[in-house]
Amino acid sequence: MTGTTYVEAIRQGLLEEMERDDRVFLLGEDIGVYGGAFKVTDGLLNRFGEERVIDTPLSETAIVGAAVGAAMMGLRPVAEMQFADFISCAFDMITNFAAKARYRSGAGVPLVVRGPAGGGVHGGPFHSQNPEAYFAHTPGLKIVQPATAYDAKGLIKAAIRDEDPVLYFEHKFLYRRVKEELPPGDWIVPIGKATVRRTGRDLSILTYGAMVWTAFEAAKTLESEGIDAEIVDLRTLFPLDEETICSSVAKTNKALVLHEATRTGGIGAEIAAVLAERCFEYLDAPLVRVTAPDTPTPFSPPMEEFFLPNPEKVCRAARALAGY
Amino acid sequence: MSNLTLPQRLELYRLLRLNRTVEERLVRLYRQGKIVGGLYRCLGQEAISVGTAYALSKGDVIGPLIRNLGAVLVAGFTPRDVFAQHMGRATSPSGGKDGNLHFGTPETGMVAPSSMLGALVAVMAGIALGARMRRTHAVAMTWIGDGAMSTGAFHEGFNFACVQRLPLVVIAENNGWAYSTPLSKQTAARSLAERASGYGAFVERVDGNDVLAVHEVASRAVARAREGEGPALLEALTYRMKGHAEHDGQAYVPPEELAEWGLRDPIALYTRYLVEQRDATSETLESLDRAVVEQVDAELEAAEAAPMPAPRDALKGVYAGETAEAEPVIIRRLQ
Repeated sequence: MTGTTYVEAIRQGLLEEMERDDRVFLLGEDIGVYGGAFKVTDGLLNRFGEERVIDTPLSETAIVGAAVGAAMMGLRPVAEMQFADFISCAFDMITNFAAKARYRSGAGVPLVVRGPAGGGVHGGPFHSQNPEAYFAHTPGLKIVQPATAYDAKGLIKAAIRDEDPVLYFEHKFLYRRVKEELPPGDWIVPIGKATVRRTGRDLSILTYGAMVWTAFEAAKTLESEGIDAEIVDLRTLFPLDEETICSSVAKTNKALVLHEATRTGGIGAEIAAVLAERCFEYLDAPLVRVTAPDTPTPFSPPMEEFFLPNPEKVCRAARALAGY
Repeated sequence: MSNLTLPQRLELYRLLRLNRTVEERLVRLYRQGKIVGGLYRCLGQEAISVGTAYALSKGDVIGPLIRNLGAVLVAGFTPRDVFAQHMGRATSPSGGKDGNLHFGTPETGMVAPSSMLGALVAVMAGIALGARMRRTHAVAMTWIGDGAMSTGAFHEGFNFACVQRLPLVVIAENNGWAYSTPLSKQTAARSLAERASGYGAFVERVDGNDVLAVHEVASRAVARAREGEGPALLEALTYRMKGHAEHDGQAYVPPEELAEWGLRDPIALYTRYLVEQRDATSETLESLDRAVVEQVDAELEAAEAAPMPAPRDALKGVYAGETAEAEPVIIRRLQ
């Protein structure tokens, strides 16, 4: 199978943006000489030199703080969190400094904070998290998560070109598991736009990240049982593309929200609120959420497998929903 | 002996007076109930703000803290800006979105601080990084208190700046108190300079109530930083003469210490110096004082005449070119 993997797609996006715009630079832990813990930035130091690929101290606050300052000075920093879990160490910089700067002072902060999120690789409580919901409560930020190599490249390029701070969560399970042929030329995937990955009649699965692939597996099984599922890949988690979400549910009249992040206060809760507000009379059944339970990510494989959503859980929920 | 020319020495005096006069007017506004929120004073610490910021050049960027009114004025912002900010007026630099000294952009020479103390050090390291990458030769200067030096953001930001040898000058104002917490409960180190000695920076201590001494050491630190020799941390010794904010009577501060430091008021010391050196007569200085008062009162009048912001403007400016929705919920029945 030929094509570009998800991890290569991110790297290509970074490289193309660095070539296009000399204001773009990278900073993070072990991203230069080592090429990053997952090799996302492999080879970029040789190409662009250490002024534009900065190996930093082990200091997430300093990484994001420096990115905020540099962005205010007109540069386009892309800060790597070695694992998305570590973004908690930079929480204040992101939520109080980057997110509020334009509003309260007029200083735009065009920066990207990116890093590997998600489980399924037995990383345990501190190397598996999906922290997007912490940040979806912070006006001033944008949050994206690609599911495909095409979106991985198109969204990183869009994030770098955006005038506001963008959190770009890449799913580490997908790095080398998905690949596709990417078209040549300069293109982006616009922030704020969801996409319908599979059209269906009977219910809408609203999801993002690695769970898009879980939804596909489930949809295949459901199809053999006569249930036709539509799959909406959100791509941008904040702000949500309410139009695409609502038009899908207005068509299928049933909504299944699927995310790998834990349940309470997750992105799914916001989708449920949007549907209740905007699509109440289109719904033929209660909304169903398939998510991880409200626990930390357990370490041991059987426990983690139990914790994560999977096609069987999606099918079970979808059958109940279809039969309502 | 100072390297400053006589006009520069008199300008320093004028700036100190400007700082204090603006603060006096702010106190009056506070008592009149015209200030929105609290008022954080810098009485007795003016020499640090003025002396350090006066060492900067056009194009440099400051990141002031709440007690650095003097630095903000030296950087070229007007008393009118400061009054309008404190009163939440539409004409304030933040348009009423934030208060006190929380305003500014690097283009205007200042980064708006946040209330999370210490954070600014990491951001100013980024300002210095950006300045270097853009080859502007600009220096970033910020201030930190004895309290905020306990934050992780200070240590992370300063360490990063030192590793990268960035043009960053940090002034650690040791005024003895962080709200009600004395220095002895912030650190077991003997001084803030000792605390900062592990980073490979240029570290010095200075009498923070001696404006010429402050200016001299700041000038050296700025010159080194501009030459690419890396960050500096300057510990300026002073004393907090008022409470954490105007509401705080600071009963926890020993009165004898206040009395002792009251004899070392930086403006009184500098006035005496100028007269003794025959730089100026008392009459000359008094005429400078009158000019400052006239300017400040005129600007205060203009600020008070300015309107409050339109409520719906609260929705503007969260994202580039967008206005947030106030009431996204529209109940609409199916046709």
